[in-house]
Amino acid sequence: MMKKTFWDRWGTPLILLIGFALSMALPASGLINPYIELVLKYIGINIILTISLNLVNGYMGEFSVGHAGFMAIGAYVSSILTVWVFPAAWEGVLFPLALLAGGIAAGLAGLGIAFPSFKTRGDYLAIVTLAFNMIIKSVLENLEVLGGPRGFMGMSKLTTLWWVYLVVVLVVYLARNFVYSSFGRGVLSIREDETAASLVSVNTRQVKVLTFVFSAFLAGLAGGLFAHELQFINPRSFTILKSTDMLVMVYLGGIGSLGGSILGATVFTVVMEGLRSVLQLLNISQEWRLVVAPLMLILLMLFRPQGIMGLREFRFLIPLQERSEAIQKARETARTQRRIGEVRS
Amino acid sequence: MEFYIQQVLNALQVGSVYALIALGYTMVYGILTMINFAHGDIFMVSTYLAFFFSTFFLAVFSNASPLLVFVSTLLVAMFGTALLAVLIERVAYKPLRTAPRISAVITALGVGLFLENFMVAFKPVGPAPRFLPPLIPQINYTFGGVTVSSIQIVIIVVSALVMFLLDTIVRRTMVGMAMRAISWDKFTAPLMGIPVDRVISLTFALGASIAAVGGTLYGMAYTIDPYMGIRIGWWAFISAVVGGIGNIRGAMLGGFILGFVEIFTPVFLPSTYRDFVAFSLLLLLLIFRPTGILGRPVAQKV
Repeated sequence: MMKKTFWDRWGTPLILLIGFALSMALPASGLINPYIELVLKYIGINIILTISLNLVNGYMGEFSVGHAGFMAIGAYVSSILTVWVFPAAWEGVLFPLALLAGGIAAGLAGLGIAFPSFKTRGDYLAIVTLAFNMIIKSVLENLEVLGGPRGFMGMSKLTTLWWVYLVVVLVVYLARNFVYSSFGRGVLSIREDETAASLVSVNTRQVKVLTFVFSAFLAGLAGGLFAHELQFINPRSFTILKSTDMLVMVYLGGIGSLGGSILGATVFTVVMEGLRSVLQLLNISQEWRLVVAPLMLILLMLFRPQGIMGLREFRFLIPLQERSEAIQKARETARTQRRIGEVRS
Repeated sequence: MEFYIQQVLNALQVGSVYALIALGYTMVYGILTMINFAHGDIFMVSTYLAFFFSTFFLAVFSNASPLLVFVSTLLVAMFGTALLAVLIERVAYKPLRTAPRISAVITALGVGLFLENFMVAFKPVGPAPRFLPPLIPQINYTFGGVTVSSIQIVIIVVSALVMFLLDTIVRRTMVGMAMRAISWDKFTAPLMGIPVDRVISLTFALGASIAAVGGTLYGMAYTIDPYMGIRIGWWAFISAVVGGIGNIRGAMLGGFILGFVEIFTPVFLPSTYRDFVAFSLLLLLLIFRPTGILGRPVAQKV
């Protein structure tokens, strides 16, 4: 057991507090222009999405390609609440409730998907989530009440930078506690070897379903934030293309790493936004921007499948009592991973 | 009554195309247990190959016989698409054969989206829908109240021929035997002297050239655009899963089922519900019969 220093105990809360103050002060002071603020918000939303997908694809080793569907549910449910249900004067105060409702709705949808599809392992989840994504898009396009293919609008710009910041911090905190709980160990054990996991009395079915529900919940939260930033959502925002963006961010940052999710989302968002100006500068059609994300995905899988972080974790994201052992453990995990690769080949 | 016969003919026409593409999905899955998500976009590229070649060919030889135009377009599209598929397999999938299985699936998803977005951004193709020049003269025959066009007949007959040919290749030739051996046990197959790499490449080439047949036939009847890799490709993928992925006859059956779903959905519901019906069908099937109609259940080995 390591001795707790002042910084171990108070460092993280202090930095978080400073971050919160900055997220309130920066946009108000006019030090950053609205475009930068927008990019920062997108980074935050993408971090939540990436963590959400990483829980399923990275930590649990299953494969979902339909998380944009959960995001869509979160976006529509929260928007319906703020536009139709909540009184206009109160919508600012009730916004977190709307986000939460969006997340819960997405979580329930996740339960509906997870329950039947975890009966078997393998490619089923990929196919089922894909079908789910398509069904959600198709249903939204056919619901005239919600604007059909034209989309849904009328939301106020409730997603401020500090809201994004708060939610991101909360999500990272929740995800960290989730991953490092004994439940989270169960999730990891399923990735490594499902049969062995069930032999050491991990209720694999339950663990898989609950992890998937939690992941869907997070995607729903991100959807709510996304909707109240854009103030306009339509079914086309939540296609398989969006799901692929999430995949790129997860594998760019590194599977099975929260720090990787944060880095992956940040790097991806900045690169994609940077590309916009570069293409404009070079007078090349913006359509080429869409070629980059799939290309990145291919190159990543071929040359650096472990992503930026590669199963490692930032020190501040590891619970205090585990920090000293964590580095050792990370090395061991990496070694096991390599060995698994060799055995599978 | 005539209405329904007419619709059945339309369903057969659409279904044949789905079945042809579904074969590519199912063959690759059968041999590598990998979902080749790029296959729909390979089909899309094949229609553009057919488009560019036939336009060029008709510009140079404006009075060539329809049979020559049709066959040469078909062959060029098949060859070009097969080459593309083998290239993709060598560059993007082969290095990942020893990696965790899901890596190749992710790469395939990336390759598919890359092809699609590349074709949209690539100036000579672009996002606008196009028409293939008429490869064969369109003649309508009317029996009772039912109209059959020459294009419809060509689509159904050529597809049936290709499917029969493929079934024969897989069941009766040495190559087919090698494919079945690899899909049965890919560790023992090389010990029996089967050149695994070459057979896998051949499978990709075969699947892609069948998709190219589907692509050329499709282009004769409908407009083509870079996004159809998703629309048609996903439908074909559902066909493969519905029939039982990995099973060749299942893919054919699934293709025709999806053809009927596509044509008969608008009879009962607004046509915008097509995707909803198709994907719900997929979801229900996966819940109640995860191996598809003709697929055999596989026990998970420890």
